[in-house]
Amino acid sequence: MDAEVFDIGNTDIAWCPGCGNFPILKILKHTLAELKIEPTNLVLVSGIGQAAKISHYFRTNVFNGLHGRALPAATAIKAANPTLTVIAESGDGDMYGEGGNHFVHTIRRNPDITNIVHNNMVYGLTKGQASPTSQVGFKTPVQVDGVFLEPFNPLAVAIALDAGFVARAFAGDAEQTGQILKKAVKHKSYALVDILQPCISFNRLNTYQWFEENCYYLEESHDPSDRNQAFKKATETRKLPLGIFYINSKKHSFEENIGALKQDKRPLYERELNIKQLSVLIEKFKSTN
Amino acid sequence: MSDKLLSQNTDSASIVLCGQAGMGIQTVEYILTRILKLAGYNVFATKEYMSRIRGGTNSTQIRVSSSPVRAVVNRIDILIPLDKDAIQHVQKRVSPGMTILTETENTGEVSKWCGCTCIEIPFTKIAAGLGDKIYSNIVAVGVVAGLCGIDLQLMNSYIREYFSKKSDDIVHKNLEAAKAGHKLGCDLVNSGKVSFAIKPDAGIKDQVLLSGSEAVALGAIAGGCNFISAYPMSPSTSVLVFLAKHAKDFGIIAEQAEDEIAAMNMVIGAWYAGARAMVTTSGGGFALMTEGLSLAGMLEMPVVIHLGQRPGPATGLPTRTEQADLELALYAGHGEFPRIIFAPGKIEDAFYLTQKAFNLADKYQVPAFILTDQYFLDSYYNITSLDLSDIKIEKHFIKTQKDYKRYELTDDGISPRGIPGFGEGLVVVDSDEHDTEGHITEDLDLRTTMVNKRLKKTESIKSEVIPPELVGPDDYKTLIVCWGSTYNVVSEAVRNLSRGDISFLHFRQVYPLHSKTADYLKRADKTIIIESNATGQFSKLIKLYTGIEVDEKILKYNGLSFTVEEVMESLRNILD
Repeated sequence: MDAEVFDIGNTDIAWCPGCGNFPILKILKHTLAELKIEPTNLVLVSGIGQAAKISHYFRTNVFNGLHGRALPAATAIKAANPTLTVIAESGDGDMYGEGGNHFVHTIRRNPDITNIVHNNMVYGLTKGQASPTSQVGFKTPVQVDGVFLEPFNPLAVAIALDAGFVARAFAGDAEQTGQILKKAVKHKSYALVDILQPCISFNRLNTYQWFEENCYYLEESHDPSDRNQAFKKATETRKLPLGIFYINSKKHSFEENIGALKQDKRPLYERELNIKQLSVLIEKFKSTN
Repeated sequence: MSDKLLSQNTDSASIVLCGQAGMGIQTVEYILTRILKLAGYNVFATKEYMSRIRGGTNSTQIRVSSSPVRAVVNRIDILIPLDKDAIQHVQKRVSPGMTILTETENTGEVSKWCGCTCIEIPFTKIAAGLGDKIYSNIVAVGVVAGLCGIDLQLMNSYIREYFSKKSDDIVHKNLEAAKAGHKLGCDLVNSGKVSFAIKPDAGIKDQVLLSGSEAVALGAIAGGCNFISAYPMSPSTSVLVFLAKHAKDFGIIAEQAEDEIAAMNMVIGAWYAGARAMVTTSGGGFALMTEGLSLAGMLEMPVVIHLGQRPGPATGLPTRTEQADLELALYAGHGEFPRIIFAPGKIEDAFYLTQKAFNLADKYQVPAFILTDQYFLDSYYNITSLDLSDIKIEKHFIKTQKDYKRYELTDDGISPRGIPGFGEGLVVVDSDEHDTEGHITEDLDLRTTMVNKRLKKTESIKSEVIPPELVGPDDYKTLIVCWGSTYNVVSEAVRNLSRGDISFLHFRQVYPLHSKTADYLKRADKTIIIESNATGQFSKLIKLYTGIEVDEKILKYNGLSFTVEEVMESLRNILD
């Protein structure tokens, strides 16, 4: 399959030239084409922010919802029709800030969706305030003395919650990021891919060069089934490891746990009310219930 | 002082049980109402309770009657206090005709309530004799069953079934407790200490006994609901519990969300992917859903919202009742978009309106509300049945073509709704202002077009508004207006007043307002509105859409429902 099937044609892309979102868009299109996922069978769910606009540059089904609320919508879309491939994609502010509670509980719920987070450690669309992942000392027009809040560590949180698949990638490395995304989409329950990316307009600290110098790929000896090791790696902050930190393929997904989906594999839209069953239920209120 | 339990000239009795949470009052209510109905009596039951799991003082009223009874009354014919605080709790409702079945060691001396007949019943002594005081509530079941002349076998077989999942020993002890109570009850009647003249009707046995919340939940199933997401909140949780209980039988996904924000966004996502989905919540929870409600407005996504009202602001009175969230439902969500608001008055309404809400939400791609309250949800009575012959699940989504555009402009503003994965097309929805394909736009002319398109749907919605129900003569002089849960209370009060010149007009769809509303109001010399809120929210809505100011308002907002007597007294004060 050619990645061009996902091209939207002529459109005015609202990202700054050189933005880390461009390579992510390209990598994702290629990954999905390699996996032979048809645009009609894919739903891209996004929130609000510069990263979340990615759904408008993708020829597929799109649910561009509210700021921070992509995950509950994505969870329900997958449950209502498990035959769809569902990707929930937004930025660090959207997923980890506004949507922080949903992030935590979606991991617990474990739907078979891929959660891609463009992590540029800053708010872009609102022009340069700190994000939950901004580093300590990062100065902004609001955090005038520099950030002093502990940066949110999405990987450590996800591993602590025993997420199905936890990875970190770098937008500047198309090859490796593509490989990680491919495995994430194929994974049969919740998969988090936190993609580090520079914001060339508002983050002068975490630049392409900074990421090149401060990231490294997990050693080949790293065993993604070892949760303790994965957690230890996730808490490394002096240099940021990249790659697949953790995989738990034994967990049942949300859809696999739901009775209504276990007994009937059809999407909800294909099903009809069993009116006889309803009559029987109402009858019970005549006698004793 | 009367030694008669029930006044001779009435065909109904009001029995009130009062005690602490955890004493088993709910079990008594549950068993008694079912036994009474099986024995051929019309029954009504409602409860008022504190926001706690143990202790406090709660009460349940059970009305038994030869004709249908469907509303709460002040009157108490038999009071069964279970602790020392119970009588204090119902002090304002004590009347000379009342009989108190008391056990002095638990309730203290009650004879000081002069005018009442006090009869000593050893509830806990009998229970203790069976090995545990816990059975005393079942002794009470037996006593009332005996008083009402219920056949011993009927009672026993129900008790046996009710406890069928418990051990043989527990079943046996409950049966013994009930039997001992039953004998005491029969003895009271046989000795002439009390009389019970209410005639059963064999036909009632086959009727359906439903609570408001059960009717909403059954209506949802009948509407094809296959997805519910909610965060538990009194008094709306019972709908979630019911659908979860029957989820496997009807293929329903019932998910407890981490918060109401998630619940609402799940439901919108579910509809997008082809489900028929609802939330159930109360005011505070709904406040969190309003961002999502606005999203539904922008995406033109159907959603069904059951909003069980309780008194606010904020946490308010969590287990009490009020009709003060009409304006919340009406104006919730930023921006402008159409909506539909139903407010059931009768149990049947809750079933049919909830069913209809799914079809209309789908048809017009708008939010549809079912606005109830704690009193409505926690009250139940017998009804003939629910007619399923006209129940139709109208699915309004289409199979998409390759060039499908989600927001194609049409004459009536309704764009055919596609769902992802069904057809050749792509379904794009966006919370930003969007073009016909669903993609983000800042074309300001298109913006105007899209606002008009969304609001245009209101015209079609207005064409099928459910008319208000006029009860009473057409040539009324006084018109009483009410909406939602007050239907039965107002109905009984107006009937009791038996004046030929009063009618009442009940709205079970409160928005959009029916076009004939002004005509009804203009025909009256005097209009009176009855609402369970402090500001007359529905009267304000009427003023807004008809220009007519209702003459008098009867408002109550202490957390309890209006009673029949209160409505009668308020009406007399205005009319006499």
